[in-house]
Amino acid sequence: MTAGALSPSPQPKLRRDPEEGSRRSKRRNLVTLVRMIPLVPAIILMVIFLVGPIVWSLWGSLTDASLTGRAATNPQFIGVDNYTRLFADPLFPQSVWLTVVFTLVSAVIAQTGLGLSLALLMNKANKKVGAVVGTIIVAAWILPEIVAAFVAYAFFSKDGTLNQILAMFGMAGPNWLYSFPMLAVICANIWRGAAFSMMIYQAALNDVPPEVTEAAMIDGAGGAKRLLFVTLPMIKQTITTTLMLITLQTLSLFTLIWVMTGGGPSNNSTTLPILAYREAFRFSDIGYGTAIATVMLAVGAVFSIVYIRALRAPKD
Amino acid sequence: MRRKVAIGISAIAIGAMIGLVGCSASGDAGGDKVLKISYIKTDAFTALDTLFTSVKTEFEAAHKGVTVKLQPVAGTDDDYKTKLALSQRSAETAPDVFYEDTTALRSDAEAGFLLNLDPYVAKWADWSQFNDAAKAAGAGDDGSVYAVSLGTDTRAIWYRQSIFKAAGLPVPWAPTSWKDILDAAAAIKASQPGVVPFNLYAGTGTGEGSNMQGFYELLYGTALGGDALYDSQSSKWVTGSKGFVDSLEFLHTLYSQNYALTPAQALDPNIWQEVFGTMFPKGTLGATVEGSYTPSFWVKGGSYAWPEYAAEMGAVAFPTQNGQKPGGVSMSGGWTLAVGAKSANPDLAFDFLSMALNKKNALSYDNENSQIAVRADVAADPSYTAANPFVGAVTDLVSVTHFRPATTDYNKISVEVQRATESIITGAATPKEAAAAYDAAIEGIVGADGVIKKN
Repeated sequence: MTAGALSPSPQPKLRRDPEEGSRRSKRRNLVTLVRMIPLVPAIILMVIFLVGPIVWSLWGSLTDASLTGRAATNPQFIGVDNYTRLFADPLFPQSVWLTVVFTLVSAVIAQTGLGLSLALLMNKANKKVGAVVGTIIVAAWILPEIVAAFVAYAFFSKDGTLNQILAMFGMAGPNWLYSFPMLAVICANIWRGAAFSMMIYQAALNDVPPEVTEAAMIDGAGGAKRLLFVTLPMIKQTITTTLMLITLQTLSLFTLIWVMTGGGPSNNSTTLPILAYREAFRFSDIGYGTAIATVMLAVGAVFSIVYIRALRAPKD
Repeated sequence: MRRKVAIGISAIAIGAMIGLVGCSASGDAGGDKVLKISYIKTDAFTALDTLFTSVKTEFEAAHKGVTVKLQPVAGTDDDYKTKLALSQRSAETAPDVFYEDTTALRSDAEAGFLLNLDPYVAKWADWSQFNDAAKAAGAGDDGSVYAVSLGTDTRAIWYRQSIFKAAGLPVPWAPTSWKDILDAAAAIKASQPGVVPFNLYAGTGTGEGSNMQGFYELLYGTALGGDALYDSQSSKWVTGSKGFVDSLEFLHTLYSQNYALTPAQALDPNIWQEVFGTMFPKGTLGATVEGSYTPSFWVKGGSYAWPEYAAEMGAVAFPTQNGQKPGGVSMSGGWTLAVGAKSANPDLAFDFLSMALNKKNALSYDNENSQIAVRADVAADPSYTAANPFVGAVTDLVSVTHFRPATTDYNKISVEVQRATESIITGAATPKEAAAAYDAAIEGIVGADGVIKKN
């Protein structure tokens, strides 16, 4: 550290040499610049791979770019036409609603709740049980998404595992993917995603010092109170971070829904990513699909800002 | 750090979309000459793979130093078209020769993806063997040839004779109006409750197939006939027609009376495999509308080999609404081979194309895939006419067949038709509502100038 003027000097000089001061500040600037150098590759990568695509997506959404036809080679700038069309499309509010339901139920409520409960239970469980249960839960998460999606499809489809189990008890299950598409994909996503939250919460819970909970116990706090007033506040940061990660992951989830229902029947499970894919690649309307993707980006950004603020708050 | 993660995840969310906008064409194959061939190959469709594998050997032997790289795509027609369109965006990935659907051909030619073949076919001795319809199928909006037809197809009602006999229906069956179909379906339902009497594909699950082997057989058999979807005189899309509502009404009856598959089955993209592989052979389906290629699945060596089909099945033209002229309806499509405009070796690519479509190869492809021949010499070949017992019947349907209006907007409009039928079979809309929604959607796609209101 070049502490500069703050460093105590054995022989205090009353009159500073002005030239020396400016030299120092120049040197300081130079030092700052030199220190930035190691960051340059990272910044370049960020610009190319993060800022670039965002700008590109914004630009693309303002054109009539298409997969085929004249607009495939010569896309024209059409202003905000794609957005006006999108906001007038009756499918759009429905997709936004389904996306919000899907994210809230499967990620925010279920995955966090289930993940946290599992983590708490695993902390209490005996080692062997914990290891076995942990492996089973994590297996769903380790599976490649496409495999997990097919597994879920095989489970919920008309002659699938679920209905065969129901049949053993003499019940005839409906065609889940057709009659309750959202329920099916939400359950599948909870199954697949709970492991991630569980692992992070387990790590966080292990970091809670036992002395603190013991102290609370000595003060007479019961299990529920200890959890609510001691443990949870101590892992609040982790909860917020995990929430943010799974929210953003779930917002953009595509493969699972696409494989299980393809967004159907009659668009009843068409979330924004499915809508964007379909418009862009099935109907060749890249510009319009990109506009939907840009809206998703904005939604994701809003969520991130909320979470980041929540993260910053307790640091005061 | 967390912010970076957040941004990162958001970026991944859209990454897939934006990577495509405005890719630039650059690069050169260079070095050894490589021809990339792109086509569909699935469990159920291997005819093209067989063709190209044998042509590859033949071609590489005739052209030293040239490597033919086969790039089969395993997927549905829609997936293939998307993948092909994406690969066309850069010379690095664009194939030299590829399998091209006639409906995508005009818009792809307009996009500049296809090489103009006029100078090549002019020097090609075999070109005179192709019939006029086949030549027209490969033409772009500007009249130039952009692709060469592999073969065409027609659609017919395929029915299982034993089921019809058991229901007391005459075999061979010859329906003359829509009512005959409903009567037959009712008779089968009454006599054989476990059998799906008469299926007509619908909805977005089976994609374009649900129009070609379903709704269009109805629509083109209504009062407006060949102009029921697209008015050829004014070059405008038809809205408000009674025929459209009637067709949806018929579909509604078929599905609501449980004559057809359940809506959930109908929306399964792979349902046709079940129809060919299980339902017909096991006798759980009375009839369905399918293409002339149907026997290719059942012949020896086919995906669902079922030798008894020759005696068990019947093929008959789909009737017009009230039996009016011409008395039958069929739809024709077909696929072609095209050369990529970005190909580094266009001459070699055309050589490959012409070898794949010469008499010997076209004959074996048409026979294996039960295609209707477009080359005069192939059509006259005794092995073609003897390939399966239905060649004559489905070839006769050429006289009542229709081609889709393959304009650049066609694919979007096709999807709107699928949406309309889907809302009918799922009960989301009444025929009138679905027709109104279709009209509005079409006007949204082609503009008010692009539609014509007809009764």
